[in-house]
Order: sequence, then structure tokens, then C-alpha cells
Amino acid sequence: MKKLLTSLLFAPLLAFASGAELHLDKAPVSTDPAALQNGAKLFVNYCLNCHGASYMRYNRLQELGLSEQAIKDNLMFTADKVGEPMRIAMQRDEAKAWFGAAPPDLTVISRSRASEFGSGADWLYTYLRSFYRDSERPTGWNNVVFENVGMPHVLYELQGEQVAKVSEKDDGHGGKIKEISLELAKPGKMSKEEYDKASADLVSYLVWMGEPMAEKRKNIGTAVIAFLGLLFVLSYLLKKNYWKDIH
Amino acid sequence: MTTKAQAVIDWVDERFPLTSSIKGHLTEYYAPKNFNFWYFFGSLALLVLVIQIVTGIFLVMHYKPDASLNASGVPVAFASVEYIMRDVPGGWLIRYMHSTGASAFFIVVYLHMFRGLLYGSYRKPRELIWIFGTLIFLALMAEAFMGYLLPWGQMSFWGAQVIVNLFSAIPVIGPDLSVVIRGDFVVSDATLNRFFSFHVIAVPLILIGLVAAHIVALHEVGSNNPDGVEIKKKKGPDGHPLDGIPFHPYYTVKDIVGVVGFLICFSFIVFFAPEGGGYFLEFNNFIPADPLKTPPHIAPVWYFTPFYSILRAVTYPLFGIDAKFWGVVAMGAAVVIIAFLPWLDRSPVKSIRYKGGLFKAILAVFIVSFFILGYLGVLPPTPGRTLVSQICSVIYFGFFLLMPWYSKMDKCKPEPDRVTG
Repeated sequence: MKKLLTSLLFAPLLAFASGAELHLDKAPVSTDPAALQNGAKLFVNYCLNCHGASYMRYNRLQELGLSEQAIKDNLMFTADKVGEPMRIAMQRDEAKAWFGAAPPDLTVISRSRASEFGSGADWLYTYLRSFYRDSERPTGWNNVVFENVGMPHVLYELQGEQVAKVSEKDDGHGGKIKEISLELAKPGKMSKEEYDKASADLVSYLVWMGEPMAEKRKNIGTAVIAFLGLLFVLSYLLKKNYWKDIH
Repeated sequence: MTTKAQAVIDWVDERFPLTSSIKGHLTEYYAPKNFNFWYFFGSLALLVLVIQIVTGIFLVMHYKPDASLNASGVPVAFASVEYIMRDVPGGWLIRYMHSTGASAFFIVVYLHMFRGLLYGSYRKPRELIWIFGTLIFLALMAEAFMGYLLPWGQMSFWGAQVIVNLFSAIPVIGPDLSVVIRGDFVVSDATLNRFFSFHVIAVPLILIGLVAAHIVALHEVGSNNPDGVEIKKKKGPDGHPLDGIPFHPYYTVKDIVGVVGFLICFSFIVFFAPEGGGYFLEFNNFIPADPLKTPPHIAPVWYFTPFYSILRAVTYPLFGIDAKFWGVVAMGAAVVIIAFLPWLDRSPVKSIRYKGGLFKAILAVFIVSFFILGYLGVLPPTPGRTLVSQICSVIYFGFFLLMPWYSKMDKCKPEPDRVTG
């Protein structure tokens, strides 16, 4: 409903938008607790060393069906208390020296990455699967979605190593567009399907973390609108009754 | 009523105009009986004002206007908004109501102003109501602009940067003026704190005062109606207008229907699309303000875009002064000119119901250009778009400045004596 409404409202705007095209794959975002738990595990293992999630408290992971003890035992590496936010030990100025820019906080990254090309989830899902080997970059990695990104491919053990095949295509106006296609040169621990699933779980977790109250919000909203609908009928009947003698 | 309760009311009435105020503004305020759909938006604007004030009070309890970085390298102001969204019980609802309320305020107020255009509500004897209304609109723009800085996201920061920089285009005093507005040479913690102060104290006080004046002036002269005829001219033997009905209970019960209808639309946004597709909460504003990283495209929030387009449409320097300055002048004039409508309209009738085809056509063109201006304001400029916005800006001003002539030329129908329902 929400998507339909917003797309109807803003469809003409999007059609008008210009600038560089960005092709994003549709992220299969899930709200399944198992997928979100797997995403949380990937997040604390692979992301939460350089990126913080400083508005997100560990104990909120209980909403994904994890017990406080399970969170403490399996997901907390750098914090002492389960009520603490997901902070990191890395210093921002050091990070800047190492990567060229301090890695951004990821708590609301899925909300900030939305654009006319797709949702924030679409961007993240495509980004995580678009790293390729580039010997000209200091980290040895580059990314199709985020050109010359400072971040190395931290999931390469899982995905393997991709290389870029660059081809040039006529853009129809006499110019050339660079097209990059990726090929898996060295397989990782996961098959392509497994890696796509892992990326989807991680992205689903990031979406959940961006707005943990989102499901609750929709549930409350349904009840509120049902109540208001009833109130609308009653208030209309009241008005009609009061106004029956006014002509 | 029991005699004891009556005694208390009598006691108050001897010291304060309680009963007479209730009579004068509600039970014996006679409003025309033929109000239609367009007449909901005045009471709805008042409702949104109350929503904004009440939610605002609770937001201020947790929000911190502080641009310094916390231990995680995030500005405290930005982090405090996320704290409200996550750790304050019900905070997300209060915040979404406030952020949606800002857009809802402008939707309701634009529709309220359009109603005035349709039925000539600004005409004599309601000129002062209209002037108060224009001032409310100006105060609302200031309120929204300064409030938008508070989340301290990228769009907050750069939007403020762009708009405050406009003032520096004013000759002689401009550069100093922009420093006074910011309290610094760049948008900084000083700017955040003074905008916070203006947003929560100064401008709301002005707004409430103007709204009170708007309503008092309205109740002094009485409401206009879709026929644009004065109901006070035809009174019954009881001294009340023949076409008037007491505001309470008739319009209180009717406005409740409007309120509930509005709340349904409002709740759809708050609960199912609080970002409004990136127009109510811009995506870039989920990134903390970074003075070193200019976003490739800085778009104001949708409700400013028609006026922003007019600003950008001015590309010619005049009298040796930068085009930017004339853009600012044009943008200011576009708002201020609204206040002059009562003296620009020379039509023999008030309501569009009795105006001729000429006015209807010109009003339609005006509304379409206003939408186009709003639409272009969110997009980055290109030569083609600038040309379109220049044409639309000319139409915008033409609607007002040529009104003394075309409103006289128009072939109007005779007004009825009584309202037609």
C-alpha cells in the first residue's frame, strides 16, 4: 500500500530526474527472525569492527527473538553491558588515515541510501555484491556502485574475488558509456546463491536496525486508522442529525 | 444547571468575559450556512498548530541543540533525534507526528489560501484578516526553515547554508547580515542554538499572536462564503442573519467530521509512509551534517520549492548588482504581493461562482504555473528548466499585477441576494 501510494505520487518526478544512472538490484528484504538473526551475526562479525551502530543498543536484538544471554555470548565482542550501544574501538582520526575517510555509522544507513534509483536496501544489496579486484586502489578493491570506495571487500572470503570486464557502449548521442560487468575469478567459501542470501540477510538486518519499530508502527497504524474510520462514520451521523433542519 | 454551578459562573462573569466570549465566538457567532469542503482548512490549520506545539513540547524534553561530536563521532543533535526515535518510549510517534505535521501544515494552509482566492475572502471588509493571514504564512515559513536545521542532517545543514548565504547578496549590509543570522562565519553550533531558540520560543509566540488576531478580526466582520454575499445584509426579526447559523453546535459538529477525515490522511503518512517518499523526510538527512562534504544536489523541502524556483529563475544582474540579490527580492516579493490582493482585485463580485471565464482561465493558469514552479524547485537546474521557471514566474507575478485590469474586464454574472446553498 505504502509503496503503491508513494510510487503513484512521485512517479512523474522520478521519470523527470536526470543525472548518472545507477542500476540497482531489488533487495529481497525479509522480516523473518531467522534471516534477521543471521544478518545480525554477519553484522557484528564483519561490519562492527570499523563501522559503529552507535544509536543501536545490543539488548534491542531481543526483538529478533534472541535471549539476553545469547546476545552476550555470541554477539557482544567489544561491550561489557547488554544495554550499551554498538560502539567500536577504532579511532576516527586513525580510520581516516587508513581508509581516506572514517567509516560511517551504520545505524540508519539503509534510510540514508535511498534515492530515485531504488530503496536504501537495494543500494546496500547491490553494493555488497559489486566489489571487484582493482590493483590501482590502495586496498586492492573497487566497487561498481560506489566508485573508488575506501572500504575493502571484507566479505571476500565468503564471496570470492570478482574481476571487472569493461566494455564501451554507444550512448545514442555520439558519446560512449563505460559498462562494467563482473566475473567471479576466484571462488569463495559460498556459492553465488549462498552469498546472495547472506547479503540479503545482512541487508535485512540493516533495514531492521534503521527503524526497529517499523513493524510496530504499522500495526499501531492499522488500529488507529480502523478506530478513526469508525469515528468518521459516527461523527458524520452526528453532523447529519444536527443539520437535518438546515436547508 | 445547578444553582451552585451557575453561582460559580456568575462569579467569574463579574470578573472575566467568560459567558459573553463563548456566546460571541461560538454559540452566537453566526456563520453562513453554505460552507463547503474548502471551509474545513481553517479549523484544520488550527488543529495542526496544536499538534505541532504539543509534540514540539515533548521533543524539546529530549532533543539537544549541540553540534559538537559525541564519543562515536556523531553530532550530539543528530544523535539526540535518533535517541528520541529509539530510546524514548513513544518518541518515534511524537517525532513522526511533528515531521509530518510540518508538511501537513503547509498542505492545509495552501488549501486555505486557495479557498480565499476562489471565493474572494480577502475583499472588503476582510482585508485585515488577509494581511494577518499573509503574515502567518511568512512566520510559518520562518518556523519551518529554522526547525529543519535542528535534526542536523546533511540537508538541514546545507539547506540552511544556501538560504542564509542568499542574504549575503544584499548590497552593503549583506555579508554582515548573514553573519548576524548565523552567529558565525559558517553554519555552526551558534546557528543551531539560535535557530532552536527562534523555533521553539520566538516564532511560535508570534504565530500564536497572529492566529489570535486572524480569528478575532474574522469574528469582528463575520465569515465570507462560497457565494461571496454578505449574510449580515439580510437579517430576520430576531436580529440574526437569515442565512447564518450559530457556529456552535452546527460548525463544531461539522468540523469534527473534517478533523477525523484529516486525521485519517495524516495517520496514513505517520504510520505507513513517514518519509513521504523522501519529500517529508529527505533521505540525505539521515546522514549527519558534514561541513566538508557538499551534497551534489541541495533541494529545499517541497513546501518552499515554488518560491525557490522563482529565486533561481532570476538570472540577470541589474543596476550592477548580482542576479542572486534580485532573485532574493523576487522571492520575497512573491510572498509579500499576496498581502496586496484586496486592493488588486477590482471585480464587482467576490466569488468565482459569479466571475467570468477570463478570471477562471487566469486562475487555472496561475495554479498550474505554481505547481510547475514547485516541481522544478526540487530538481537541479538546466537551461530548459530555468526557461520554464522564468515563464512561470512571469505568470505568477502577472496574476497579481495585472489583476486590476483583467478583473474589471471580466464578464461577471449578477450576485444573488441570499446564499444559494
